Amino acid sequence: MSTSSAPSTGTATIDGDDVALRFDGLSMVFADGTHALDDVSFSVRRGEFVTVVGPSGCGKSTLLRVASGLEGNATGTCEVDRESIGYVFQDATLLPWRTVQRNVELIAELHHMPKDKRARRANEAIELVGLDGHQDKHPKQLSGGMKMRCSLARSLVMDPKVFLFDEPFGALDEISRERLNDELLQLFTGVGFAGLFITHSIAEAVFMSTRVIVMSGRPGRILADIDIPFEYPRRPELRYEPAFAELSGRVSTHLKDAHG
Amino acid sequence: MTIISEPEQIGFDGPRAEGETTQAPPEVRARGRAAAALWHYGPILLVFALFIGFWYLTHYVLLSENRRFIVPPPHDVIRESFFNDVARSELAEGLVNTARIALYGFVIATVLGMAGAIVMAYNRTLERALFPYAVVLQTIPVLALVPLFSVWFGPTRTARVVTCVLVAIFPMLTSFLFGLKSVDRGHLDLFKLHGASWFTQLRKLQLPAAMPSIFTGLRIGAGLCVVGALVADFFFSRGDLGLGRLLNNYAKQLQYERLFGGVILASLLGVTIYGLISWLSNRSLRSWHESESGHS
Repeated sequence: MSTSSAPSTGTATIDGDDVALRFDGLSMVFADGTHALDDVSFSVRRGEFVTVVGPSGCGKSTLLRVASGLEGNATGTCEVDRESIGYVFQDATLLPWRTVQRNVELIAELHHMPKDKRARRANEAIELVGLDGHQDKHPKQLSGGMKMRCSLARSLVMDPKVFLFDEPFGALDEISRERLNDELLQLFTGVGFAGLFITHSIAEAVFMSTRVIVMSGRPGRILADIDIPFEYPRRPELRYEPAFAELSGRVSTHLKDAHG
Repeated sequence: MTIISEPEQIGFDGPRAEGETTQAPPEVRARGRAAAALWHYGPILLVFALFIGFWYLTHYVLLSENRRFIVPPPHDVIRESFFNDVARSELAEGLVNTARIALYGFVIATVLGMAGAIVMAYNRTLERALFPYAVVLQTIPVLALVPLFSVWFGPTRTARVVTCVLVAIFPMLTSFLFGLKSVDRGHLDLFKLHGASWFTQLRKLQLPAAMPSIFTGLRIGAGLCVVGALVADFFFSRGDLGLGRLLNNYAKQLQYERLFGGVILASLLGVTIYGLISWLSNRSLRSWHESESGHS
């Protein structure tokens, strides 16, 4: 695949194995000289939920922007099926003039999905994220958590194979965040996709993931790649078990190195 | 199949439907409504009463007897302007003509302003190339150009409509452009990510997002178009009889009652258009935009 300044569009199936997303020697320098990423290589397989943690401004979000094609000036390779990406932004980015139903239909609409199919898929997605009965509300009538559910449903309509999450729950309070973590994991095990998740929260990272990748401060490099061996489905109480604490401790130690 | 459990309600404080929580007896509710109406309209009526009182005070107390004619009292204004057959038909004709000119000007300024704003929002270079001229257009004293228009177009409707357009278009264009450009970055990313065309983005993102600013522009533009129609009329002693020329004539003929009547009609025209647009704005924005959510 291409190794030039433009990352590959990645329409080809990847190697026949079950890798859904692969970065290889990815570096990124912005026009203003900011060195955001330095030789980042890792891949996410189907059925894997990989979380990237790291100091602010280490290029975690840039990783997602490169993968999705929003950022086109990286060097190195990024292989992914662009047609099958779900991207959940830091903000819910709902259109305030549209109802929940019409917001959930938006992405499908942009992909020219026929109207009846779109409406049906949207209804399924709304039910899936537990927003049933809120279809006719406008975003300003929703709580932060409900907005994120709506945003999630919007991506689910397209049934993406790869889900990119850019600190989606960062603005929520602890209780809402944990609840949404539980629910996202249920979606992950139920729907089945490859997940790449960005967060600042160590607990969130360890709880959600099959692997946690720790990145250094700018320019972002991979410092550690830690396997999280807990079985899915994961119970909320897992957060209070010693094994969980030990893994969190390991991630935390690496993060301290990252901050230098 | 519901994978995610029940919806989270934490921090949810959406508006509750009226009447769901308040089940007071009907007469109490009626009294409540009357009180609310009084609370709402009372201050407005009070200011109106004070204004009329001040008007009478000026006429009967503040002005000496031989100068009273310059501020005729309200009842004389109404009798002379609206209950006098000659004045009434003149004023009615003037109002219709002026309203028509203002409306034509408003529609044309809206279309041109929107087209200009869309072009400038589409391309930064085009914006850099064109916007300075829009500013120049604004800084040229349009009043100075009106005699020129009458040379070019004659004392026609065209000359008057052109005046309206020139007076109104810049503030409208600026509001429209501001609206089209103040789109959330995240929303732009979302549309880009899913391969939306320029036109789709304009239709489904930029125009709806710009609606509050568009309505601001329309409100300003409507008022300016009425001003433009009046002013243009001032300069023309021929062509359709408009309110502007009537005002001018009444002033020259010292018919101050009718002059006041004409001023009242011109203000009512402006207020009506403003109210109409505000009503439209409220209707279309109140479901989602903060600026209108208090009114419903």
